[in-house]
Amino acid sequence: MSTTIKDTQKMIEEILDAYPEKSKKERAKHLAANDPTGQCTTCQVKSNVKSRPGVMTVRGCAYAGAKGVVWGPVKDQITISHGPIGCGQYSWWSRRNYYNGQTGIDAFGTMHITTDFQEKNIVYGGDKGLDLAIKELRGLFPLGRGIGILSECPVGLIGDDIEAVSKRVAKEINIPIVPVRCEGFRGVSQSLGHHIANDTIKDYVLGKGTLEKTTPYDVNLIGDYNIGGDAWASRKILEEMGLRVIAQYTGDSTINELGIASKAKLNLIHCYRSMNYICRTMEENYGIPWMEFNFFGPTKTFDSIRKIAGKFDEKIQKNAEAVIAKYTPLMEKVVAQFRPKLDGKKVMLYVGGLRPRHTIGAYEDLGMEVVASGYEFGHSDDYKRTYPDMKEGAVIMDDATLYEMEEFTRRLKPDMVGSGIKEKYTYHKLGVPFRQMHSWDYSGPYHGFDGFPVFARDMDMTVNSPTWGLIRRQRA
Amino acid sequence: MKIRDHSELFKQQDYQEQFERKKEFENPWPAEKVREISDWTKTEEYKELNFKRENVKINPAKACQPLGAVFCASGFEGSMPFVQGAQGCVAYFRSHLSRHFKEPFAAISTSMTEDAAVFGGLNNMLEGLENAYALYKPKMIAVSTTCMAEVIGDDLNAYIKTAKEKGIVPQDLLIPFANTPSFVGSHIVGYDNMMKGILKALWAGKKGEANGKINIIPGFDTYTGNYQEIKRLMAMMGIEATVLADVSDTFDSPNSGEYKLYPGGTPIPDAMDGVNALATVALQKYSTVKTTDYIQKEWGQKTLTLSPIGIRNTDAFFAELSKLTGKPVPAEVEAERGRVVDAMVDSHPYVHGKRFALVGDPDILLGMMSLIMEMGGEPVHVVCTNGDKHFEAEANELLASSPFGGNGKVYAGKDMWHLRSLLFTDPVDVLIGNSYAKFLTQDTGTPLVRIGFPIFDRHHLHRQPIIGYQGALNLVTMLVNTVLDELDRKTEGSASFDVIR
Repeated sequence: MSTTIKDTQKMIEEILDAYPEKSKKERAKHLAANDPTGQCTTCQVKSNVKSRPGVMTVRGCAYAGAKGVVWGPVKDQITISHGPIGCGQYSWWSRRNYYNGQTGIDAFGTMHITTDFQEKNIVYGGDKGLDLAIKELRGLFPLGRGIGILSECPVGLIGDDIEAVSKRVAKEINIPIVPVRCEGFRGVSQSLGHHIANDTIKDYVLGKGTLEKTTPYDVNLIGDYNIGGDAWASRKILEEMGLRVIAQYTGDSTINELGIASKAKLNLIHCYRSMNYICRTMEENYGIPWMEFNFFGPTKTFDSIRKIAGKFDEKIQKNAEAVIAKYTPLMEKVVAQFRPKLDGKKVMLYVGGLRPRHTIGAYEDLGMEVVASGYEFGHSDDYKRTYPDMKEGAVIMDDATLYEMEEFTRRLKPDMVGSGIKEKYTYHKLGVPFRQMHSWDYSGPYHGFDGFPVFARDMDMTVNSPTWGLIRRQRA
Repeated sequence: MKIRDHSELFKQQDYQEQFERKKEFENPWPAEKVREISDWTKTEEYKELNFKRENVKINPAKACQPLGAVFCASGFEGSMPFVQGAQGCVAYFRSHLSRHFKEPFAAISTSMTEDAAVFGGLNNMLEGLENAYALYKPKMIAVSTTCMAEVIGDDLNAYIKTAKEKGIVPQDLLIPFANTPSFVGSHIVGYDNMMKGILKALWAGKKGEANGKINIIPGFDTYTGNYQEIKRLMAMMGIEATVLADVSDTFDSPNSGEYKLYPGGTPIPDAMDGVNALATVALQKYSTVKTTDYIQKEWGQKTLTLSPIGIRNTDAFFAELSKLTGKPVPAEVEAERGRVVDAMVDSHPYVHGKRFALVGDPDILLGMMSLIMEMGGEPVHVVCTNGDKHFEAEANELLASSPFGGNGKVYAGKDMWHLRSLLFTDPVDVLIGNSYAKFLTQDTGTPLVRIGFPIFDRHHLHRQPIIGYQGALNLVTMLVNTVLDELDRKTEGSASFDVIR
């Protein structure tokens, strides 16, 4: 075992000393020193297991995964937060899944629609109210192409049968009604919510859309939620390559797009964690192959463009090279402008989905090094994809707590941290440059050739803001 | 090089063409159908259909009980909000509060999952208390509940007792608790329940000599500026006051390059001594109903509810405090009053006769209605998703008390989709609400003054007070300048684009 790995392991042990015995033993399995070769057996983190009570996990719930991530962005579906008032309130338009459409008329993305459970619903059940709610919504929003019922905790606990309600009412009103059993107590994080939501796409929508003609170049853009317009920036590249994107899953998507995806020739998946399930379904049921790609930063984007093109004929491969040639000067210009200001800076990431590994290349394009990275709700397959991308001895953390993040920051002294809203202001207080890497801090897009300049600009303003220098540190 | 982010990028022709091409796969409605339905939603007929709705809320302006509970719990020194239930809720509360205040917010979840649904949440509570105590070293752990714990019927009292008996946490650790089911009331009720729970725990056995102090309970007040203001006013009056719960440092702490998990809050000994105060003054009514009732009945302490938003409400606030303490209202306060009244006289032509729509929490609405009518403005639509029949009656009484209230109507339990219909069928000049009301501005063109909670899309508004005379001046400034901004927008390119107003 190398000394860098040993040093990191020693640091982890020191940090863990503050925990009570049981939690210490448990948390030790989730923090590790990176071994890019995968040889070191103690360097593999355990993941996708329950968070310890009381430690202040950053994680959310199945509802957040199903409503907030997967179904929420489907713009022509009327999405009901079924249960008490809070869940829909707190997840209301917080993920910035951009879309085109007229809200409240033919699109519903920025709306918060809920059955607002009262005590009587807990006692007598919520099915009857749900039935009536769907009909009221149908009356007010006749252009909705579907209705999603996203269950909150009480629905599963009181034994409501939302599937029966859906089936019955769907026959009356003739649009898909999708019951999603994503109660927040199910599973250990957002992750199960993604899976449940993927399964309902399969069960209620997939294979049911209208597409007049198909071409050999039809692809789906999977696992892109169009945060700040990401999917649009990615789509632009695919279209310039000569591919025809027939469906986006699920940023700026429609029910029809979800339906016709089964007619594509290839699934291109960006966020593997949240949508690998539907790719596997389409592979099994429709024989559609799938491949992962990465459109963060020029190095990974060029690489991905060539890999994607490799799945098609010479025409596409020629287009791919032309696209790369077209954008290379622009990317070089971005790097030339920003790399001198960011070279050698250390980054710590703690995010979800694909970002803990997919953004590493983009940081490296700017001369930055990711010294620690972790997933809120990753599984072992995510970590296996991450180890080779990080240096030996870098910190890998799974389901990190506020306490651990603070301690790693103190010891690793990163020049910037990329994480979420709950972490953001802690780092502001610490005087450590910080960028939200879920919502892009209300900026974006970060994907593709139009996204990289924005990414570079944002990382520069984060690391090099003069405001950090104004902080007068109190000595203890 | 010019870098274009989302705000400019997607207006470019290449993206506009992409959006057109994408429609081939979207199965969109024909443009004329969309226009037809869009026009229909602006009609009286649609409004009627909209108001018939009984089973679904659309864009409601309320949150759930435990949000108010963790907010309240965070206002005491060394206090850790601790929520028994599923973990996603706490992630949401923390995000929600951080987005409004632009501050870190710490809270603990016991991360209950399927097995807790079957066997109950005792083990989660025990391990949660043990870990929270070891890692975050709180002086107090204030327990509230999510709907999961409420539906399965977790017994907080028994669980906490067990934790102490087993020695998981020290016997003398303060662990107040409150049941805060999200299917009852809203965030303001959660605040009330938690406050009552905390006072129960802190005041037990502490009754002693009268200390002559006044307790101030701000209620679910998300203006950190109000907390500074109330303390300033009390000092000016020479009144020794204890703010319960003082969240001002929690949500507006100085940047010293150091993260403090517990940046301030009401000192625990002061909070305990609150039982011996002369009286408790609540600055909001609907978020303190149970607490004030408890203080009166259980402790025989006098309680007053005085919400100092607007001139007359602030007048009443000082008059009552003066009566209560025997201390005169100082001349500086009278001078502050004079200044804001002068400002209102100066600005009245731009507010008089203007029609207002308001949406928000009950106490903020009552205060704003009062202030608007003091300037000759007319509250027309008053929407309160979390308002009950008591609020409805009080708001109607307030409207009836002024010649400027005649066109006003109160809509308790309604939401912002109802308000959308009202704004189309019966338009107003100015809208008052939280950040989500900006969608109403987008749809109807009504200019928005952001007052209330949450305010996510404008910075630092919560740092200025809206209570007292100084607060009235801040509100008047916001109102009149919104009217003037709108006037500029409407008169651009015309002779009326005046430079002096």
